[in-house]
Amino acid sequence: MSTLVTSVKAPAIDASQREQLESAWRNKPGIAEWFSVTTHQAIGKRYIVTAFIFLLLGGIEALFMRLQLAAPENTLLGPVRYNQMFTMHGTTMMFLFAVPVMEGMGVYLVPLMLGTRNVAFPRLNAFGYWIYLAGGLLLYGAALTNTLPDAGWFAYPPLSGPNFSPGKGVDVWAQMITFTEISAMCVAVELIVTILRMRAPGMSLNRMPMFCWSMLVQSFMIIFAMPAVMVASTVFLLNDRTIGTHFVNPAEGGDPLLYQHLFWFFGHPEVYIIFLPALGMISSILETHSRRGVFGYPALVLSLVGNGFVAFGLWVHHMFATGLPQIGEAYFTAASMMIAITSGVQIFCWLATLWTGRLQLTAAMHFIFGFIFIFVIGGMTGVMLASIPLDLQVHDTYFVVAHFHYVLIGGALFPLFGAFHYWFPKFTGRMIDEKLGKIAFWILFFGFNLTFFPMHIAGLHGMTRRIYTYAAEMGWGQTNLLATAGAITIAFGGVIFIVNVLRSLSRGARADTNPWEAGTLEWAADSPPANYNFVNLPLITARYPLWTERSERGIVVGMRNDRREVLITTLMDAEPHHRSVLPGSSIWPFLTALGFSIGLVGSVAAFYWYYIASVLGMIGLIGWFWPRQPLDIKP
Amino acid sequence: MKRAVLGSLAASTAFAQQSALDAAGPNAYRIKLLGAVFLVLLGLIFLIVIALALIPLARRHRGIEQEPLEQRNQPSQLTERKLAGSVGAATVITVLILFGLVIISVVAGKTVSGPSNRANALVIEITGNQWWWAVRYANDDASRIAVTANELHIPVGRPVMIRGTSNDVIHSFWVPSLQGKRDLIPSHVTTDWIQADRPGRFRGQCAEFCGLQHAHMALWVVAEPAEQFEAWLTHQLQAAIPPSEPVKQRGQQVFLNSGCVLCHAIQGTTAAGQVGPDLTHFASRLTIAAGTLANNKGNLAGWIADPQNIKAGTHMATIPVKSEDVQPLLEYMETLQ
Amino acid sequence: MRLLAVGCCLIALAACQRERRDLRPSPTSLAVFGSAGRESELQPGGAQPDLNVTNPYQGSAAAIAEGQRLFSWYNCAGCHANGGGAIGPPLIKEEWTYGGEPANLFDTIVKGRPNGMPSWGGRIPEYQIWQIVAFVRSLNNKEPKSATPARNDTIQQDPGALLPKSGGGVTK
Repeated sequence: MSTLVTSVKAPAIDASQREQLESAWRNKPGIAEWFSVTTHQAIGKRYIVTAFIFLLLGGIEALFMRLQLAAPENTLLGPVRYNQMFTMHGTTMMFLFAVPVMEGMGVYLVPLMLGTRNVAFPRLNAFGYWIYLAGGLLLYGAALTNTLPDAGWFAYPPLSGPNFSPGKGVDVWAQMITFTEISAMCVAVELIVTILRMRAPGMSLNRMPMFCWSMLVQSFMIIFAMPAVMVASTVFLLNDRTIGTHFVNPAEGGDPLLYQHLFWFFGHPEVYIIFLPALGMISSILETHSRRGVFGYPALVLSLVGNGFVAFGLWVHHMFATGLPQIGEAYFTAASMMIAITSGVQIFCWLATLWTGRLQLTAAMHFIFGFIFIFVIGGMTGVMLASIPLDLQVHDTYFVVAHFHYVLIGGALFPLFGAFHYWFPKFTGRMIDEKLGKIAFWILFFGFNLTFFPMHIAGLHGMTRRIYTYAAEMGWGQTNLLATAGAITIAFGGVIFIVNVLRSLSRGARADTNPWEAGTLEWAADSPPANYNFVNLPLITARYPLWTERSERGIVVGMRNDRREVLITTLMDAEPHHRSVLPGSSIWPFLTALGFSIGLVGSVAAFYWYYIASVLGMIGLIGWFWPRQPLDIKP
Repeated sequence: MKRAVLGSLAASTAFAQQSALDAAGPNAYRIKLLGAVFLVLLGLIFLIVIALALIPLARRHRGIEQEPLEQRNQPSQLTERKLAGSVGAATVITVLILFGLVIISVVAGKTVSGPSNRANALVIEITGNQWWWAVRYANDDASRIAVTANELHIPVGRPVMIRGTSNDVIHSFWVPSLQGKRDLIPSHVTTDWIQADRPGRFRGQCAEFCGLQHAHMALWVVAEPAEQFEAWLTHQLQAAIPPSEPVKQRGQQVFLNSGCVLCHAIQGTTAAGQVGPDLTHFASRLTIAAGTLANNKGNLAGWIADPQNIKAGTHMATIPVKSEDVQPLLEYMETLQ
Repeated sequence: MRLLAVGCCLIALAACQRERRDLRPSPTSLAVFGSAGRESELQPGGAQPDLNVTNPYQGSAAAIAEGQRLFSWYNCAGCHANGGGAIGPPLIKEEWTYGGEPANLFDTIVKGRPNGMPSWGGRIPEYQIWQIVAFVRSLNNKEPKSATPARNDTIQQDPGALLPKSGGGVTK
């Protein structure tokens, strides 16, 4: 091993070194290259932009729902369209927006924060994105042919079975899940390996940024949770619908509750999969804008890990009304309340950080405060829902709708928007307009509460979920009108945010590498980062490398810069282990994804397309894994 | 304090038709009480957390105007220790509060899950269908099994066991004023206990998404004093009285000669369809089409003429009735008290 | 660009028939004894043009599913089981005594047939008869495979009323 890791004073950047890196990590122009890119910044950005488009589509679906419900006995949408609308809204938001956007942020930021040049499996990264895109195109392409699923985002059988959901809509839904879950698992696998084996030397686990911890726990959760939904939707439901099995057909010995158990075994961790990266984002933003390291790092890490474990023990709280034995249900009450402890500890640590920090109230910080307000309300209603008697009154009513929007939007979306404002200079090289950002925040905050707070009341007053209309004498008209007004306000706030982004992209002030004077490594890279992230890989001696004295910062020397080389380090203490060559651009991930996608999309129509998927996918994988001599790997 | 909270919540129920806050039975009342305890306690916690979050904003060390700020603020060991103590204490308090909430939930859950004295219970079997409720009053004596649809009558003050299942997809039986909900799952039999402590009419609604007309699958529970209930039940056991007037007899002929009899049953006639709601005492019910329309001639005419207009997707067939037969048919349906 | 638009239109047409949900039957299909029910081709007043009677619900997945339900609810299964036949002839076959085209099936259901097939005309409205026809055709693989459900939920007879028919209550 000829790599020397030393704490020499960081020398002036060697121009020829930079040139070598530029050429080794270059993404050539042209359309063929665009399909072959494997650099994590590009793929991360693709995830984020695509997910954002799905957010807008899901928001439009929500607006339609709210417009229909604004008045009693409204005729904007009939039952067919309304059922399709709420199914698409839930499916889009949960599968096509929330998880992929967090993955995208992870894919972009984690290598930067860890002080390495790319994720562990760049081609798998690209493959994951193309599969995700294919899944989204499947669902919305089906929308173009009026083949919309309408059994809800959870598609309980027997309603979603072949008898009660005729046509191909639910088949499309079930197969789309395959795509999004494969994509999530690809990213999970590569992030785990990146975080555990590719950290900069000296970045022992207790020096790793909180965001990386949250992505690590989230990735493990994905690996354990996603297979459950693939089994429920693809093996059970899709086979029942297409090849005549009876897994979840009650009339012939199957059990609809089996589906529910498996679905919610995934479904509950799913919301924590969405939530955990946001927790990491909050820590990052909060510590920088409080100008101190976040308080209670060990407690925060343990809470994250605890959150990840306990989240797998809660799923029956979605099934309290199904008549399961009381003693069993009581266990899930206890677990569902206990998870408030792990979230609570994190909030206490952040409050402690706020109390002893020197606060900078940027737009990102506004979103953090918004998170605290909204998420704590959602957490409180969550504790109420954990109690079985209370849940039996408000389950499947708008009270639950209010609760989960409070925790998901407050707990994930607001931190995400804060993250967009915070990392905008890093992603784009321009400063985002703070004033417009704060205006967008206030409109979103006000609109959100106007939309969802009245829903608590509507739910307590008996308004059930998934109803396309209601009679005037029910007395729900006023609260629904308020909620619709709020929804329009949210849309307005979203528009302002988009305007802000577009304006700042073209006219924002140029950002230097560390406009917030933050402490973590991503702020040492250029804004936006070069494909290779850092000219010299850093040596880490503290939790906040950029807050250490310049004289104490070290670099890694001895790496080759004429090819895509990264340093693999040990798991606990990140001592250098060996150098690894990463592949450059490759068309094979795209072709493999294309092959599988063609087959899986076709399988909705006829079973033999699975064979086509196998053959085409196998061709792609052969090309992908075609053996090459390591030293011949060209960038 | 508790009463003030409950009172203000109850006041806001004045306009609502099916409200969990309008408790008319012991179970719903206990749940409401539990909810109030949760609300007050958790509301207080929320206010404390928000205050703790907002106070730092009011303190002096903030703002970019405070340049030059050192790049990183490092509180002293003492401060960090104090913070650790506070966070630790807050965590312990949280654990204790949550533990307490778990205990009172489990206790309340046991109480509302069934009465202590079940000897005198009335048993009603509810079968969910797309999109109506089949109601059957169980009885060891087969001659006293009453069958009706979309409406339950129960005696005040007596526990009622609802045994539920479904004929097709998963539904959920929910009458907010009386009790939490219970899913009706095909191939399972679930049980729920309701009890009304005052007479009245309480609306319920299906609470599990069951297809196109999930929005229009409601039911009414009529709680009445015991003698009235017994009279009602006895009346339900009787067959329909044959009509005496010619117009109504003509109406009966129209009914029996059309497709109605393929799905509906009227005791005392040859109509014995098992697919749709039993119509023997149809006119005595409050609503048509599972709570969708008030039960009067005009609405009935509209429902028979074009069910899809009212409940798009309903499985009720659109049976063409000749215009001269409509009135007699409606008059006949009105006799089915 | 134009190719893309044409492509989109073609794709949009692809699922039109299968995903159709005609919740409300058109007034003409409510009429009893449609013109397919005639026994004789001779009509007064000169030759009438041949009416080509097609099933308006052909290829519609929702109609086939409803036909499946009606097949059970109107107790077709009582004689024909689930298509295999019991005391009545099977409905999955190549040789149909009275013809297996949709118009023939409609005829059979409306008019009844000798030796036990009831005449459902005047009871079951026309549009529902067409739905049942679509279902029977789907049993014979004459409907598009994509619109045909892969299986029936209930293969066994008499799936309803899973609660015990006997009492079990305590009231007097």
